[in-house]
Amino acid sequence: MKILVGYKRVVDYNVRIQVKPDGSGVVSDGVKLSPNPFDEIALEEALRLREKGVASEVVVVGIGPTDLQAHLRNGLAMGANRAIHVATSDAVQPLTAARVLLKLVQKEQPGLVILGKQAIDDDCNQTGQMLAALWDRPQATFASKVEIGEDKARVTREVDAGLETLEVDLPAVITTDLRLNEPRFIKLPDIMKAKSKPIEILELASLGVEPGDHLKTLHYAPPPGRSKGVMVKDVAELVAALKSKGLV
Amino acid sequence: MTRYAAPLDDMRFALYDVLDGERTLKQLPRGESLSRETIDAVLEEAARLSEQVLAPLNQSGDAEGCHFDKATASVTTPKGFKEANAQFVAGGWPGLTAPERYGGQDLPETVGALVKEMLDSANLSWGNYPLLSAGATEALLQHGEEWQREVFLKPIVAGRWTGTMCLTEPHCGTDLGLLKTRAEPAADGSYRVSGTKIFITGGEHDLSENIVHLVLARLPDAPTGTKGISMFVVPKFKVARDGTLGARNGVACGSIEHKMGIKASATCVMNFDAAEGYLVGQPNKGLTAMFTMMNAARLAVGIQGLGLIERAYQNSLAYARERLQMRALSGPKFPHQPADPIIVHPDVRRLLLTQKAIAEAGRVLVLHAALLGDTHLRSDDAAARERAEQELSFLIPICKGLLTELANECTYHAMQVLGGHGYIAEWGLEQFARDARITTIYEGTTQIQALDLLGRKVFQLQGAGLQVFLERIGAFCRQHADAAALAEFIGPLGKLAQQWGEITQRVGVAAAGNPEELGAAAVDYLFYSGYVTLAFCWARSVAAADAGARSGTFKQAKRATARFYFQRILPRTEAHAAMLRAGAASLMDLPEALFG
Ligand SMILES: Cc1cc2nc3c(=O)[nH]c(=O)nc-3n(C[C@H](O)[C@H](O)[C@H](O)COP(=O)(O)OP(=O)(O)OC[C@H]3O[C@@H](n4cnc5c(N)ncnc54)[C@H](O)[C@@H]3O)c2cc1C
Ligand SMILES: Cc1cc2nc3c(=O)[nH]c(=O)nc-3n(C[C@H](O)[C@H](O)[C@H](O)COP(=O)(O)OP(=O)(O)OC[C@H]3O[C@@H](n4cnc5c(N)ncnc54)[C@H](O)[C@@H]3O)c2cc1C
Repeated sequence: MKILVGYKRVVDYNVRIQVKPDGSGVVSDGVKLSPNPFDEIALEEALRLREKGVASEVVVVGIGPTDLQAHLRNGLAMGANRAIHVATSDAVQPLTAARVLLKLVQKEQPGLVILGKQAIDDDCNQTGQMLAALWDRPQATFASKVEIGEDKARVTREVDAGLETLEVDLPAVITTDLRLNEPRFIKLPDIMKAKSKPIEILELASLGVEPGDHLKTLHYAPPPGRSKGVMVKDVAELVAALKSKGLV
Repeated sequence: MTRYAAPLDDMRFALYDVLDGERTLKQLPRGESLSRETIDAVLEEAARLSEQVLAPLNQSGDAEGCHFDKATASVTTPKGFKEANAQFVAGGWPGLTAPERYGGQDLPETVGALVKEMLDSANLSWGNYPLLSAGATEALLQHGEEWQREVFLKPIVAGRWTGTMCLTEPHCGTDLGLLKTRAEPAADGSYRVSGTKIFITGGEHDLSENIVHLVLARLPDAPTGTKGISMFVVPKFKVARDGTLGARNGVACGSIEHKMGIKASATCVMNFDAAEGYLVGQPNKGLTAMFTMMNAARLAVGIQGLGLIERAYQNSLAYARERLQMRALSGPKFPHQPADPIIVHPDVRRLLLTQKAIAEAGRVLVLHAALLGDTHLRSDDAAARERAEQELSFLIPICKGLLTELANECTYHAMQVLGGHGYIAEWGLEQFARDARITTIYEGTTQIQALDLLGRKVFQLQGAGLQVFLERIGAFCRQHADAAALAEFIGPLGKLAQQWGEITQRVGVAAAGNPEELGAAAVDYLFYSGYVTLAFCWARSVAAADAGARSGTFKQAKRATARFYFQRILPRTEAHAAMLRAGAASLMDLPEALFG
């Protein structure tokens, strides 16, 4: 079985995000970029399935500018067999990403697609669901445990009420939650080996994907700073204050 | 807990933008396939290991220290060290720069230097174990016989074994000519090594299956003094030629030292009692062999200084942004808070900028030296190799001497930023200051670095390295002579470079008349040279930032920090110049008896 893994590059989770003064976006110049943590978990899961003999090949996919290749190399160093780089200089919204992935699914015919449940930059949490719908295959999102059977997957999901276990027919889309696994450290010799692993480059424009970027961003602004608090004497005063602000 | 985030962006700036390091490394033999992408990937993964595995063990390792069990003569490292080491080994890091044929990745020393800075920032004590293994690796690579490399080196490169360097004895550290450990030839061509070594880093521990000691000792017929010292390889467990481990050898740890800093690094008394060993290199040429490894070892300790400065800076900066005390003299800057963060106060800024200015220029200096090292080791152009060696040998005592002395200054400043919280253990800042203290002592004290610089590199070698370096500064100044934006740096730098030459001449003349003048001048000369060298690093950094595609704020920060360095650190050269002019008299006139 072949597994396709979405592998997005985002601003590192340790970076304190700053909004550009003109409100047109966030500062990315000189800012540390890293693999989306959920995607690292997705890749780790795919690699473990390969190591168990369930999967035979793991392919990482990235959509983005030319300098994305170093990032994909990182996925190859972690252990993916090969990478596909869908090149575009534009920002990509979930629907476009899902349509791109669908094209790759049709081309590659994977038995399983594993994506992060969301990317920590825009936190959309949509691409996996959209891909499943477009592909017309089952989805199991927010996975915290994955077991692959003959032609089915049992997936434990983290839901508000606790854990829920689904069984889905393969091929399917699985999206990962934080507790699914802990991604491995990359070994130095694997970084060196990744230099010679293949990265296929496809121009997004050449895929014949209808753009799905229907969301228009008007303005970015940092969250307002915390205003000074007020001390209240008792619960009654607290309730009154909340009421006067229209909060209860 | 103290924080650490590897300064990857500044590392890349120093290596690629300031020093054009990618091109240099690519042009060297075996560097063709080395791309920026690969180097960055290595650095990122080393950063992850340093930040997530090693840094969290720094403070706990310091609190716990190493334990010695007398009954079994064994040493236990602090909790977590074994697991961290296992992860380091599993990741293939011990083989980073070692040749492929012994199982390494053959990456350049320059990449090794950057990785080392991160390991040292994260956990200096822990970093000492691989450091000594690197020393043993060098010794066996450069001087060992092929079978010795097969048997002893490969497991070190693989990380299964570690190495030590056993030089110091109770009665001699600086003056190794006095050493007494003896090696008697045995019938089978091996030797029996007997004697006591002290202060041996990693002499005994629980991190590896075997420990390979490189030991300096005397053969029975050896001449006295430095010309009668040979080097031996002595394993903790005997090893058959096919690599299988045998019985314990006649070497054991007698005790470990209780000390001021690097408490998680085991500093051992090692007793050799007819221990089986093998000669490495030529008889009586052990000290000469050590000399060939000195550049790498001393650069490594300079990097320890740099690593400490970087981490101390990060932590004091974070504190200064959060700690609210007093109002800015020009009026409140954060009126909605009860006081301003202390980063508004001019002298807190001095404490911070001193650390920042030295860390960033120090990084350029270290990488410049590392690139010279790679050119020296790898270039196929003999003239380029020799030039690199001359310049490198000249810069090494500056790197080691200056960066370790300034690590003491900077960690002191970092503590000061935290006020009372800097002095107590909880915040971790006092540990940096304690850990920094050893760096001016081992691998040749500051005094020895200074004598090496002035006595050997400048006078004995007729200033060849100084000449190459001054030419480099001269070429840089000429290249940017018309750049108005750089005038404020090029002007003073050019003058200082000229004065450097003059001072060297004057000390030379004085020392020719009275040899004590050399010793009296050496340390001031080291500092003077060091501050001018860092000024050059800063001027280059501003030029590179201006020319590059970096953001406006990045360029602004580089320029402002350079300006601080030129206006508030570089004037120290004036004091050192004055002390150099004063000569030896005031040091030597007081009769020894009158010291009190
Ligand atoms: C924690 C730690 C780890 C160590 N690890 C190792 C190790 O792994 N292997 C190893 O072999 N050794 C190791 N050492 C030993 C270390 O290298 C020596 O301590 C160092 O070389 C200084 O020697 P010494 O202590 O005998 O001091 P001394 O040589 O007695 O020097 C005392 C003072 O006199 C000064 N001095 C001496 N001669 C001159 C001179 N001609 N001109 C001016 N000043 C002079 C020195 O600078 C110093 O300030 C370690 C030491 C420590 C503390
Ligand atoms: C071992 C020990 C014993 C002590 N004993 C006592 C005791 O018995 N009784 C007691 O009351 N206290 C005691 N203290 C507290 C001690 O007096 C304080 O730590 C000290 O006054 C500094 O205050 P701070 O630690 O809050 O640092 P902060 O006031 O937070 O200062 C942090 C840094 O900012 C600098 N700074 C602050 N404001 C300015 C400014 N306007 N301009 C320039 N720089 C500025 C400071 O110089 C310092 O470098 C003790 C502390 C220690 C560590």
